[in-house]
Amino acid sequence: MTDSPGRKLSYVQAFTEAVRLEMADDPTVICAGEDIGFFGGVFQSYAGLQTEFGVDRVVDTPISEQAIVGLGLGAAVNGMRPIVDIMFMDFMAVALDQIINQAAKIKYMFGGAATVPLTITTGGGAGMSAAAQHSQSLEALLCHIPGLKVVYPSNPLDMKGLMASCIRDDNPTVMVKHKRLLGMKAEVPEERYYTPLGEARVIRPGNDVTVVAWGKMTNDALAAADTLARDGIECEVIDPRTLQPFDIGTVVESVRRTNRAVVVHEAVRFGGLGGEIASQIQENAFDYLDAPVARLGAPFSPVPFSPDLEAAYIPSQERIVEEVRSVMARPLLGG
Amino acid sequence: MTRPLSDDDLRAMMTHMIGARVSSQRAFNLQRQGRAGTNAPIDGSEAIVVGAARALDPTADWVLPQYREPVALQRFGPEVLESYVRYILGDPDGGHIPEPVRVWPPQISLATQVPHAVGMAWGMKRTGETGCALVFLGDGSTSEGDFYEAANFAGVLRAPVIFVVVNNGWAISTPVASQTAAKNFAAKSHAFGFPGTTVDGTDILAVYEVVSEARERAVSGAGPTLIEAVTYRLAPHTTADDPTRYMPDDELVAARGRDPLTRFQKELSGRGLWSDDDTTRAEADADAVMEAAIQAAEADRANPIELFDHVHAIRTTRLERQRREWIDHYGEDPR
Ligand SMILES: Cc1ncc(C[n+]2csc(CCOP(=O)(O)OP(=O)(O)O)c2C)c(N)n1
Ligand SMILES: [Mg+2]
Repeated sequence: MTDSPGRKLSYVQAFTEAVRLEMADDPTVICAGEDIGFFGGVFQSYAGLQTEFGVDRVVDTPISEQAIVGLGLGAAVNGMRPIVDIMFMDFMAVALDQIINQAAKIKYMFGGAATVPLTITTGGGAGMSAAAQHSQSLEALLCHIPGLKVVYPSNPLDMKGLMASCIRDDNPTVMVKHKRLLGMKAEVPEERYYTPLGEARVIRPGNDVTVVAWGKMTNDALAAADTLARDGIECEVIDPRTLQPFDIGTVVESVRRTNRAVVVHEAVRFGGLGGEIASQIQENAFDYLDAPVARLGAPFSPVPFSPDLEAAYIPSQERIVEEVRSVMARPLLGG
Repeated sequence: MTRPLSDDDLRAMMTHMIGARVSSQRAFNLQRQGRAGTNAPIDGSEAIVVGAARALDPTADWVLPQYREPVALQRFGPEVLESYVRYILGDPDGGHIPEPVRVWPPQISLATQVPHAVGMAWGMKRTGETGCALVFLGDGSTSEGDFYEAANFAGVLRAPVIFVVVNNGWAISTPVASQTAAKNFAAKSHAFGFPGTTVDGTDILAVYEVVSEARERAVSGAGPTLIEAVTYRLAPHTTADDPTRYMPDDELVAARGRDPLTRFQKELSGRGLWSDDDTTRAEADADAVMEAAIQAAEADRANPIELFDHVHAIRTTRLERQRREWIDHYGEDPR
């Protein structure tokens, strides 16, 4: 492969490339998960890796999520740098004991002696008519647990750099891929690079209102910002990229300039990360705010299977536009 | 003792197998036409489901399917198919199979239905009902902790439950050899302390026989049975799958030669109970039933307002408020 400026990769190809480069360089990087080996994964995230690195390093597992995470943990403590895949984020629920009570806490419980360089990868998000048990956004659940890092890229460039950082990180990290972004294409450098975990990125600068959004919502927020710009409303769109640890500094710095903020997420609004972010903005920039911080999220209901219902359920570009307009116009009432 | 099958039983069984395949293929095509969501074809498992259903008492026993079986449970009433069609069209009402039909809706979160079945059977024992619960699960689903824990429970509780492991050779792209090192799935019953047996799942009469015996054990208080029914998946995993990428062609061709429908058709023709005309009629009838179910479901599509109806038993203040907000936004009936 030669360096070709302008080379484009999809979001999922950027993921695969990050894994491949780390595997090529470090024999301790091993992968395990359902259907990831021979088939390359139901989202093709691991495509070609078994052919390149062999069945001992890219393992098709039985359908046992709890054991998949536990296995990765055991191998990690023993000097490996495993990547384990949970096909759908919803099924992390099957493995929550290993994730919450084990992976997140082993270093602490071993008095610091154990290191868990484990990466858990998974497909999250709605919009595929995949129904209530294949569509959830459960990032708040994970971010609530001290010990875990949670990463949620919104584009191919960040995907490659963040995935590489997850693999090299000495803590258990969860890499969430949004299922609706898998085919999104963008220029991605061929060489290795590491995007630091815990650093937000200002994707679009603006002075009127700060919009915080991640995963697919970042892209919807950018589209909404284009619409609003036509009416002279300039949004500053911030993609936190890593949800735990969360870079509140970048957000607060922005809000102190714009004096208004909207947090957008695909997850259910109640108990979602929007509440935490809004609260931290309020704690750190109260005197700068011209309106209450708004939160846009899904209603308090499971994700519907019906495409019509699902389209109404997921926060849309139009609703982001509406929310920003009302924050610009007047203080909001909570929901 | 196994109830002998009358000629009418035998003809009904053939009719149901044909109906199952016709409905399943129409469901597949509906997804292709954008009229239904992801669904999983039954091709190859008809004899297992129809044979098992014939051995049960629809007025006393419960069936807990995985996701392929609903099209083959005609014996439990037309409501099963009608609900299934609504379900794949995305209507939340599709998950509600009206009383007194004793069939649970499809289960997508693998193996979670297994402890539910044991719980139902345990409940029946407590209330002194004479029936049993029969649960279907795939070869791949046996790798989940839910299966082992529930089967162990069933043994301890001597619950009137029948586990039918549909071994169709595959779990998406993962072959059985990657799922277990045991010589067969029936052998696992030894660890739970109850009998297990392997049956040819393309032979409907053999399936009927073993399920009848298992039912006898269950209702007489002798406890659970594990049945492994061996067949081959003759269709893609789901509408979202492309098996040509992993399924060896020769295996599939050989399995097509052991098609359970052809096998039973030959058997009944030999006994003078079935003709080619009967096949044509059964196919046409099944098609008409399916067409009516589709029409009914399409004429009564889900209303987005229904999103809030079944989150809790009674809508909470929050749900009530959200529902009102949605009505303000979308109208009472935006369909
Ligand atoms: C808990 C859980 N993990 C993973 C999946 C993804 N998944 C859906 S079907 C399937 C394979 C199931 O195979 P098997 O149990 O053999 O049933 P079959 O599809 O062959 O009928 C997998 C891994 C899921 N639905 N639920
Ligand atoms: Mg299977």
